[in-house]
Amino acid sequence: MSARRPIPGLGAAPSTDLPVLLPFDRGKGRTPDIYLATRWLASLPPWTPLLILAVMLAWPLVAHAQGRYAYSDAFDALFRWMPFLVFEGFFFNILISFLAMAIGTVAGAALGLAQISLNPMLRRAAWFITQLFRNSPWLVLLFIVLLAFPFEIVIGGVIIPIPDWMKAVFGLSLPIMANISEVVRGAVQSVPTAQWEASESLAFTRRQTMWQIILPQCFKRMIPPWMNWYAILTMATPLCSLLGVEELITLSRQAMEGEDNHPELLVPFFGFALVIFFMYCYPIARATIWLERKYSVKL
Amino acid sequence: MPDTAWTPDQPIVSLKDVHKSFGELEVLRGVSIDVMKGEVICIIGPSGSGKSTLIRCINGLNDIQSGSITVEGLEVHDPKLDKLALRRKVGMVFQQYNLFPHKTALENIMMAPLKVLKEPKEEVAARARRLLAKVRLDGKEDSYPGELSGGQQQRVAIARSLAMNPDVMLFDEVTAALDPETVKEVLVTIKELAGDGMTCILVTHEMGFAREIADHIYFTDRGVIVEHGPPATFFKEAKDPRTKEFLSQIL
Repeated sequence: MSARRPIPGLGAAPSTDLPVLLPFDRGKGRTPDIYLATRWLASLPPWTPLLILAVMLAWPLVAHAQGRYAYSDAFDALFRWMPFLVFEGFFFNILISFLAMAIGTVAGAALGLAQISLNPMLRRAAWFITQLFRNSPWLVLLFIVLLAFPFEIVIGGVIIPIPDWMKAVFGLSLPIMANISEVVRGAVQSVPTAQWEASESLAFTRRQTMWQIILPQCFKRMIPPWMNWYAILTMATPLCSLLGVEELITLSRQAMEGEDNHPELLVPFFGFALVIFFMYCYPIARATIWLERKYSVKL
Repeated sequence: MPDTAWTPDQPIVSLKDVHKSFGELEVLRGVSIDVMKGEVICIIGPSGSGKSTLIRCINGLNDIQSGSITVEGLEVHDPKLDKLALRRKVGMVFQQYNLFPHKTALENIMMAPLKVLKEPKEEVAARARRLLAKVRLDGKEDSYPGELSGGQQQRVAIARSLAMNPDVMLFDEVTAALDPETVKEVLVTIKELAGDGMTCILVTHEMGFAREIADHIYFTDRGVIVEHGPPATFFKEAKDPRTKEFLSQIL
C-alpha cells in the first residue's frame, strides 16, 4: 500500500520536531579517570615478568652478539649486583615512596578539608594550591624543590643538612598532597547533604559532624584512590635518579659503569628494574581496582 | 532575654509573619502559627506550597528573610542564638530517615546525647534501649540501618530524636517514602508520642491520620496559610475554594 506513511527511524530517516534529550556527549563530558595508569597496570596478566624475562633472554638473538663480552657474562654481572640493587636501591625507592606518601597524605587531608571550609578565603586558597600542584609536571616540581631548597638549615645554631633524597621526598609529596586533597574533598562531598542536616538537627556542631558522622562514612571510599596514588607514586620514584638520588635506577647505572659499560648489560639490568617494580606495584594495582569496584556498588 | 520569660501558658512555638525566599522564588509569604504546649499540629497542602520549608525554618535548618520564629521564647533566627539550646528543645524527623549508616540502631540513638550533651554512657545506653522498646524495636539494637526496613529505620530516627529529650517534635513527611503496610507502624508510634503529651508539628499527606491525631490543621498553598481549624470543622466545613478543591482531590 503506497498510502502507508514510512515510520521514522525504520522506513525513513529519524526526525522529530519535538524537544528531545540528545544522547550525552561522552567525549566532552567524561571526567578524567584517575585510575587510568593503575587500571592499565592491573589489566596486565600476572605472568608479565616471565614475558620480560623471556625478552631479556631472547635479546641476544635479535641484537646480534658481537665482541668477547658474552651475554651470559651480563647475567653473571646482574646476579652479582642483585643484592646490592635490591637492598640498597629498590628498598630506597620504597622508603622514598613511604615518606612522600605519609607527608602527602597528612598535608593533603588538611588541604582537602580546607577546600570545604566555610571560610571563603581559606577555601579559595586551598583550591588554588590543589590545582597548582595537581596540574604541574612531577619532574618540574622535583627540580624546583631541588633548586629552591637550601642544602642545610640552621635552627638555633644547629646545622641540619638536607640531603637531596629528602628534597626528592618533599618534591614527590607535593603532587600527592594535591591529589589526596581532591580525594578527600570528593569523598566528603559524596556524602548526602541530608546527613549534615540530620546531625545539625541533633545539635552536632560542624566540626563534630565532620569528624564523627561524615568522615567515618567516607573513609572507606578514600582507600582505593589513596592506594591508586601510592602505586603511581612508587612508579614515579625513579624520577629521583635524575636528581642524583641513589635509588634503583641510579645504582643500576653505576653498576653497569662498574662492569665497563658493555651494551649487553642494558637489557638485563633495566629489565630487572622493570620486573622488580612490577612485582611490587602489580598487587597494589590489582587490590586497588578490586576495592574500587567493591566500594562503588551503591547500597 | 525572652528565654526566661517563657511560661507554659504562652505558645511554645510561635511564627509571626514569616517570609522566606530561595533567590527569586518566594516560598513563604507571611505565615503565622501559634502552637501551645502538648498540641499536635498538622500542616497539609499541595506539593510546593512551602510546608517542608516552613517546618525546617522552625529548627533553623533554613533561614528566613523577615518575620520571627520563637521556640520557648528563643528567637530562632537571632544571629546570637545558642543553636545547641534550640536543637535540644526541637527534635526533627525527616522523610528519608537520614540515619547514620555506619552506626547501629542503638549507636544512632546514643550518639547525640553522648557527644553533644556529654552524658554518662550507662545512662544514655539505658535510655536508648528504653526508647527502642518504646518504638517497638527491642532486639534490633545491633542492626545497621541498611539491615532495617524503611518503617523500622524511621522509628529508629524517631527514637534518635527523642533521645535528646526535646520539647517539640517536627515530622517532615515522615511516611512519604514508606510503603503502605509500614506507614501504619510509624503512625502508631507518632500517635503514642502525641498521647504522651509531646508537642508535635507534622507535615503530612495522611489525611485520615491528620483528622485522627491533630488538634489543629493548617492548609497551606503558595506560601500562605489559606485556612485552618480543628479537624472536625476543617474537613467538613472548609470555606476557601482552594481547600475544598484540594480536599476533594484526596479524600
